[in-house]
Amino acid sequence: MNTKPELLTTAASLGELRKLMEAGADAFIIGESKYGARLPGEFGLQEMAEAVEAAHGFVRPVRIYAAVNNLMDNAAADSLPEYLGSLAQIGVDAIVFGDPSVLVTAREAAPGVALHWNAEMTSTSYAQADYWGRRGASRIVLARELNMEQIIEIKQRTSLEVQVQVHGMTNIYHSKRSLVDSYMGHLGKEPSELDSRLGQGLYLMEEERRDERYPIYQDAHGTYMMSSDDVCMIENLHELMEAGIDSLRVEGLMKTTAYNETVIRAYRAAIDAYAADPAGYEFKEEWLDAIRALQDPSRELSYGFFFKEQVY
Amino acid sequence: MSMTSIKPLLKGKRHRLDRPELLAPAGNLEKLKFAVHYGADAVYIGGQKYGLRSGADNFSFEEMREGVEFAARYGAKVFVATNIYAHNEDIEGLEDYLRGLEAAGIAAIIAADPAIVETAQRVAPGLEVHLSTQQSVLNWRTVKFWKDEGLPRVVLARETSLEEIAEMKAHVDIEIEAFIHGAMCSSFSGRCVLSNHFTDRDSNRGGCCQSCRWKYDLYVDGDSVNTEQDSQFTMGSKDLCMISHLPELIEVGVDSFKIEGRMKSLHYVATVVNAYRQAIDAYFADPEGYELKPEWVDEINKSANRPLNTGFFFDTPGTEDHIYEPEQKAAPYDFAGVVLSYDEATGEAVIQQRNHFKPGTEVEFFGPGGTFFKQTVEEIRDLEGQLLDAARHPLQQVRIRTAQPVHPMDMMRKRIR
Ligand code: SF4
Repeated sequence: MNTKPELLTTAASLGELRKLMEAGADAFIIGESKYGARLPGEFGLQEMAEAVEAAHGFVRPVRIYAAVNNLMDNAAADSLPEYLGSLAQIGVDAIVFGDPSVLVTAREAAPGVALHWNAEMTSTSYAQADYWGRRGASRIVLARELNMEQIIEIKQRTSLEVQVQVHGMTNIYHSKRSLVDSYMGHLGKEPSELDSRLGQGLYLMEEERRDERYPIYQDAHGTYMMSSDDVCMIENLHELMEAGIDSLRVEGLMKTTAYNETVIRAYRAAIDAYAADPAGYEFKEEWLDAIRALQDPSRELSYGFFFKEQVY
Repeated sequence: MSMTSIKPLLKGKRHRLDRPELLAPAGNLEKLKFAVHYGADAVYIGGQKYGLRSGADNFSFEEMREGVEFAARYGAKVFVATNIYAHNEDIEGLEDYLRGLEAAGIAAIIAADPAIVETAQRVAPGLEVHLSTQQSVLNWRTVKFWKDEGLPRVVLARETSLEEIAEMKAHVDIEIEAFIHGAMCSSFSGRCVLSNHFTDRDSNRGGCCQSCRWKYDLYVDGDSVNTEQDSQFTMGSKDLCMISHLPELIEVGVDSFKIEGRMKSLHYVATVVNAYRQAIDAYFADPEGYELKPEWVDEINKSANRPLNTGFFFDTPGTEDHIYEPEQKAAPYDFAGVVLSYDEATGEAVIQQRNHFKPGTEVEFFGPGGTFFKQTVEEIRDLEGQLLDAARHPLQQVRIRTAQPVHPMDMMRKRIR
């Protein structure tokens, strides 16, 4: 197979987005935290429009996907018709959703805009992919808890585009509760004594796992706990490319732009090398070395769940 | 929030069952029978596959048939939880399994995975499909989506407030089921993979090992926020209990009151169902004059193994709603025995032992309708009439004199702290 998979990533700002386009990203998922989950930065409608302009006008066409993948409450869902309408007008290339209210609203407010189903932990089978496909989705974003075999089988059995995360941290827990504030209250302190927003360096250590640091942060939608390691599939990328996975995502959350640029360059090189000559493709240690050089030493690079067998 | 702020939202439209259903968990056939006998209108159980409680002793089709038959005698229904998110390998066999449920007389499945929802609609049209709380339904448009997909009922996310429920009822004519009692995930249901990361066990297929109740230290840039003396950080939530707020739930139009706990004991299920049954019946006998009876709350406290709260119905939980101190594991009362029969002539009951008791043990008897009486155990005899120094063996049948008449399926509990 010679079609190149898409290299998809996040961006914290227009500046970062431009740099990562230069580094080789094919597509971005951006948005605002009112509608999108765990975004590294805010892109209001104005910035969104600028991002689309920059992306579509780039030397090679770059796509912009709008993150509308929060679980919506009534209030948020009520404002969807207007928001999705604006996104359609701006010309985003897809709307990423994880709540059916977005799907039904998009049918009317943003007809013709592609829809990507992303329910995070719960997108687990080809049958589910097909279900959302029959209701209008063109892509399924797979749960990061699936292994390689399951991913490949889903790709073989569904007609939808398949997206998987290949690099970076993953969310492992989302509560609507403000758990850091609650704990501060328990300690007899004011929540304001501790800045618990994204990027403020908060992490949890579990009693029996003293060498793992789990980042934790809060926003208007509750509390997030993140993985203690970063997925890194660059050594095994050919397996995913061979399987024809359509989109490979690099998660840039809680990383510096320099780090993200390096990662994107490495994956760009691997994807291009594979596409040029699948049979003669060889993984180059230097790609991984470049990433390792900037990797936070307290965060291991891992294969996530790609080569794991889970029980239940 | 007061009820006056909710009512105007209903705009005169009020979709609801005549009287809400009391829906109880049943981890096995015996629990099913007791839940129904103590007043559940419906019970939900797990089958051998596709359920999220892989640890519960789940029902075979044979046991399901027996359960359905037993429940039917009380006019009660049996639902089966098929609430996993299926992986590729789970899809095979799904159709046969769902047909099996239909053939066993199951009234509804509780499903989260749309692939399971759709398959059930196609191959087992006799089964109602209820959307599981694992789908985290939080807004009326999403409720409407599922109604348009042909589902008669959704189980709401535990994060939904009374006010939001009122809005859903105002917009969509569908049955709403809400958890009113029991343990809660502190995460959005389905959006926690702590167990996957810590222990390679898949939470969304029943492998959760309650990692949210483990203890953590909170750091900021390498410095610990908590000191050695502080209790540690945890996400563990208090348990939900809405016994004091039934009128609000009824008036907002919740159609099914769901009790959590397929892993809970027989004693727990009977006690909790009993309290809610009495409260619901009292409300409908006289809505205007309804008053919460302290004994219902007392009964619930006898079975509670965690502190209780009202979840998200009124407000987002805060400091007071989490359990930072070490958990007190046991409930203050323990199940001691089940009444099998009663002899009016001698005033003696045959009790099946469920926990150690002996002459001098303080016990109380209760059955559907409430606690009857307390007494001290006097002589204990085996069925041959031999005096025993204690009832030591599980399921052993013994005879004791009871202070008042009792009935089969009444229960005996003892105080343990
Ligand atoms: S660890 Fe806690 S929050 Fe997570 S699935 Fe288990 S009970 Fe729910």
